[in-house]
Amino acid sequence: MSGPALRLDRLAVRIPIGAGRFVHAVDQVSLTVPAGQVVGLVGESGCGKSTLAAAVLGLLPPGSEITGRVLLRDRDLRGLPEAEYRRLRGNDIALITQDPAASLDPTFPVGHQVAEAIRNHQPIGRRAARQRAVELLRTVGIPAAEQRYADPPHRFSGGMKQRALIAAALANEPAVLLADEPTTALDVTIQAQILFLIRDLAARIGAAVLLITHNLGVVAQICDRVAVMYAGQVVEQGTARAVFAEPRHPYTRALLDAQPVGHDRHGDLPVIPGRVPDLSAPPTGCRFAARCGSVHERCATAPPTVALPGGGEVACWLHADRSTVGP
Amino acid sequence: MSALLRVSGLVATYPAPGGWLGRRRVSAVSGVDLAVDRARTRGLVGESGSGKSTLARCVLGLHRPDDGSVMFDGTEIVGLRGRGLREIRRRVQPVFQDPWGSLDPRWTVGRSVRESLDAFGIGLPHDRDRRVIELLDLVGLAGGYADRYPNQLSGGQRQRVGIAAALASDPELIVADEPVSALDVSVQAQILNLIGRLQRDLGVAVLFVSHDLGVVEHVSHDVSVMYLGGIVESAPVNRLFADPVHPYTRALLAAIPVPDPQARPAHAPLSGDLPSPLDPPLGCRFHPRCPLRVDACEHDRPALLPVPDTTPEHHAACPVVLAERRYPTTAPN
Repeated sequence: MSGPALRLDRLAVRIPIGAGRFVHAVDQVSLTVPAGQVVGLVGESGCGKSTLAAAVLGLLPPGSEITGRVLLRDRDLRGLPEAEYRRLRGNDIALITQDPAASLDPTFPVGHQVAEAIRNHQPIGRRAARQRAVELLRTVGIPAAEQRYADPPHRFSGGMKQRALIAAALANEPAVLLADEPTTALDVTIQAQILFLIRDLAARIGAAVLLITHNLGVVAQICDRVAVMYAGQVVEQGTARAVFAEPRHPYTRALLDAQPVGHDRHGDLPVIPGRVPDLSAPPTGCRFAARCGSVHERCATAPPTVALPGGGEVACWLHADRSTVGP
Repeated sequence: MSALLRVSGLVATYPAPGGWLGRRRVSAVSGVDLAVDRARTRGLVGESGSGKSTLARCVLGLHRPDDGSVMFDGTEIVGLRGRGLREIRRRVQPVFQDPWGSLDPRWTVGRSVRESLDAFGIGLPHDRDRRVIELLDLVGLAGGYADRYPNQLSGGQRQRVGIAAALASDPELIVADEPVSALDVSVQAQILNLIGRLQRDLGVAVLFVSHDLGVVEHVSHDVSVMYLGGIVESAPVNRLFADPVHPYTRALLAAIPVPDPQARPAHAPLSGDLPSPLDPPLGCRFHPRCPLRVDACEHDRPALLPVPDTTPEHHAACPVVLAERRYPTTAPN
């Protein structure tokens, strides 16, 4: 296979909010997700991570403006006709969302829905699809899969619904799996099971996984690489090991530091003052500057993206003495 | 230390969704003992369906338990009505996960807070507007916030308003049910700091209900762990985290996703699914998922008993582990 499974090249998305105004939800994001790897995209609400997922899936709101490239195995998906995009979704690109209940039809047996996912994209008969669906349900750890096949969604617990959706998402062995907050609605002991399931199955079929989450702990548990988003931009990326051990961007540091784990009990936690900038009129310089403890005059100009040893990147003037990748 | 709140043998059920003639009931809380000491924070941690929110609602007088007792400062809350219940509601105040649910979108923030003062007849009417400003100031919303509407505030600011409204009646106990679960990490830290500071400065007791063990560890002095309607372990926070006894507590601690890729576990610490509260297992409710279960666990409901060789406040509901600690059979490895 040539090129990575998924590559975003200076992707920018502007979403119309009426009166000729736009929200600059995603700005100049370059990101690579190689086959067989899990890349975490982490950020707080409103940082643009879900818009980025919608852009990859071709599900942006009408009137959105998109620039840059979305490359699926070197093929640019931007401007693809809807009919072709529909063939890609659920086949080459699969999605797992936070709310499995909303993704399953409550009136149809769960097993049928997995079988449908297969038959939508593969020329196989009902019987073969059923057999394959049962196999998949078994693979994702649903006990008594043969008997559970005909159960409607309400007979499944939240964790089991998410397993069934993972089965449906992986049914056609997609090149790319987008997992948007896949464990946010689940309990921690179940969350751990689902995360390991996603990681192991993706590795087995060689899918590239983009895991979108606000939970840094989740990223640390299963991601090979991580990209940190703030106000529509990737401010830092690198191996999970490097980013967590030595965060370079002040926002990444502040985000890690705001977590209760690792602080003295009952003491005050460090906070990030201020709020996220209004993305309908984003600041011209560094978007984090107004909240940054290391802010400097030069932050009024947009920071360069700086290459770090070990393959990471950071968009911050603090590291600008290193070699610069791009503006 | 005297307990401000003492829950004993609490049993609470609610009608199962779609139950035939409402006869079938879900047992949400089945025999819970729990105490909150004055001016301390008790964390109540459990997964969804563990019954922790139903327990919180019983303490707030919002759900009538089927059996058991909820004593607040020497007064039995269960069955209380009228003036007595109103007085307890003044002294025990809720903070909920979603401040949208407790704030009227058509009211200014100031009016929502003032409503609490009016409802309980606190202070003289002409002083109340000044008190509203003081309360908003106390939760970090100084200057001009009283005239804003909930939709003009961020999630963290709305939660601050919810806390100000709870503080209006000068309560002795705050029952906070998942107060930071809907917030981003950076905002969550601000609200945790606020709750901690108010707890210390005002000497209010807090029952802090959460599914997030990391958050509970940070804010609590004492912690109770709940699983499918029962408390499985209860201890001062330092003991619970240094020396967890119950297999479920251990699994829960191991399952917290730590923000450190070096500390990555090789596999999920606990297999199996959460049983349905409609049809809970007999005996110890954790036994189908428990790595230490013996035959007796399948029919005997374990009691919450003192743990040997630790502080007297440390209790666990696991005869297997307790026996092992009393009479160690194998050399520690």
